[in-house]
Amino acid sequence: MAVKVIIPTPLRAYAGKQESVEVQAATVAEALSALTTKFADLKKHLFAEDGRLRSFVNVYVNDEDIRYLQKDQTSVKAGDTISIIPSIAGGLRHAAL
Amino acid sequence: MATRIQSPTGPAPERRVSGLSKEEILRYSRHLIMPEVGMEGQLKLKNARVLCIGTGGLGAPLGLYFAAAGVGQIGLVDFDVVDFTNLQRQVLFGTTDVGRPKITAAADRLRNLNPEIRIDAIEARLSSENALELFRDYDIIVDGTDNFPTRYLVNDACVLLGKPNVYGSIFRFEGQVTVFGYPDGPCYRCLYPEPPPPGLVPSCAEGGVLGVLPGIVGTIQAAETLKLIIGKGQPLVGRLLLFDALAMKFRELKLRKNPDCPVCGTHRSVTKLIDYAEFCGIRGEEAPSTVTNIPEITPTELKSRLDRGDDLYILDVREPHEYQICNIDGHLIPLGELPRRVHELDSSREIVAHCRSGKRSAEAVEFLQKAGFRKIWNLKGGILAWSDEVDPAVPKY
Repeated sequence: MAVKVIIPTPLRAYAGKQESVEVQAATVAEALSALTTKFADLKKHLFAEDGRLRSFVNVYVNDEDIRYLQKDQTSVKAGDTISIIPSIAGGLRHAAL
Repeated sequence: MATRIQSPTGPAPERRVSGLSKEEILRYSRHLIMPEVGMEGQLKLKNARVLCIGTGGLGAPLGLYFAAAGVGQIGLVDFDVVDFTNLQRQVLFGTTDVGRPKITAAADRLRNLNPEIRIDAIEARLSSENALELFRDYDIIVDGTDNFPTRYLVNDACVLLGKPNVYGSIFRFEGQVTVFGYPDGPCYRCLYPEPPPPGLVPSCAEGGVLGVLPGIVGTIQAAETLKLIIGKGQPLVGRLLLFDALAMKFRELKLRKNPDCPVCGTHRSVTKLIDYAEFCGIRGEEAPSTVTNIPEITPTELKSRLDRGDDLYILDVREPHEYQICNIDGHLIPLGELPRRVHELDSSREIVAHCRSGKRSAEAVEFLQKAGFRKIWNLKGGILAWSDEVDPAVPKY
């Protein structure tokens, strides 16, 4: 099933500068696997070395966090949108600490 | 320790006002004639105490709209000095403010905008030592610093004190806004239990921000804060608002309170403020590179070797748009493209790699060393240091 994965700005450099990528998948895990197969550079930004999703990256199916669904086994259907939402901070160079 | 400069005007925090002067009624008339605010809402604003952390890109619209709206007590926390690169987005400041402490320039601007309110100008770095004490005097905390250590510190302090935390973050042309720390609502750690390790934070090559973006995001934070004060509308609680200025689209995602959250969950492991610089893997403003044993050459040494006619190959690992700002005739291969373009380099020649400040090129040198390059150096301090030490005609950015 064709699902759309929205790539956040900080990760677009590792995904061919695309805003979104269409992949064929039945679950979130399949979709992210298809995505990182297509764009190998994305892998280390999304997954830790043990293969788990990094703790500063959240994944949503439509508007729901997959941590409150079936995690990466959450099923997706045609027309669903997967959003990758990493924590962002634009003001790092002027850290107040 | 925090330096407090009390405004000569404005009410003391303990004095709750129950009326407006004739001048105030005229000033706030466009609020007073709308039923959602009215006299009741305007008095709530006048009795409200809001603390803005940072007076930069997000802090500018926050301060301006809070002052204009008549928020009775506005705390401003900053320690920085206005510089030229701030003026592209920090609309609290003008060119003549460059070199002034931000806190002084910001307080002057807001007092000029509205002398009826009290401005607490707090010249301090927010820290685990002063945060709880500072926050106690205010009803709502708004984080306008947009960096990880401050964000976790503000989050934890707000949860510990039970105060709402109006959050905003920006990256290039994208923003996120929500309200954390609301009764029964999620906190920042429910969303992201841990910060990214420094190595995976986008580097300065990918940084930058469209000047108007903090204006938009900060204005949304201001709107949410004013709504919390007057108690009207649906607060942005449990909802993460995403904004993309390029597509000009808003999206909304659901945020849930995480029962396993270390600071607001059922089994709490964070019960007091911690060392947030350490937590975020950052020491000081410039995190020292984790890369060690990188051979370096200073700009002065490089210049004298080039002047001697030595055959040195300059490798510029910045991005093409940075090369357009300034360059020293290096061969451009952006760091991200280096692995697949490494064949363009001749390992028998001496190579000096540089970037803007020396961090990305250190990574490039490390990568090339692993690829078998032996005669390679990192230009210490990057093109910024070249501008300082060798050629001041090279602009800094």
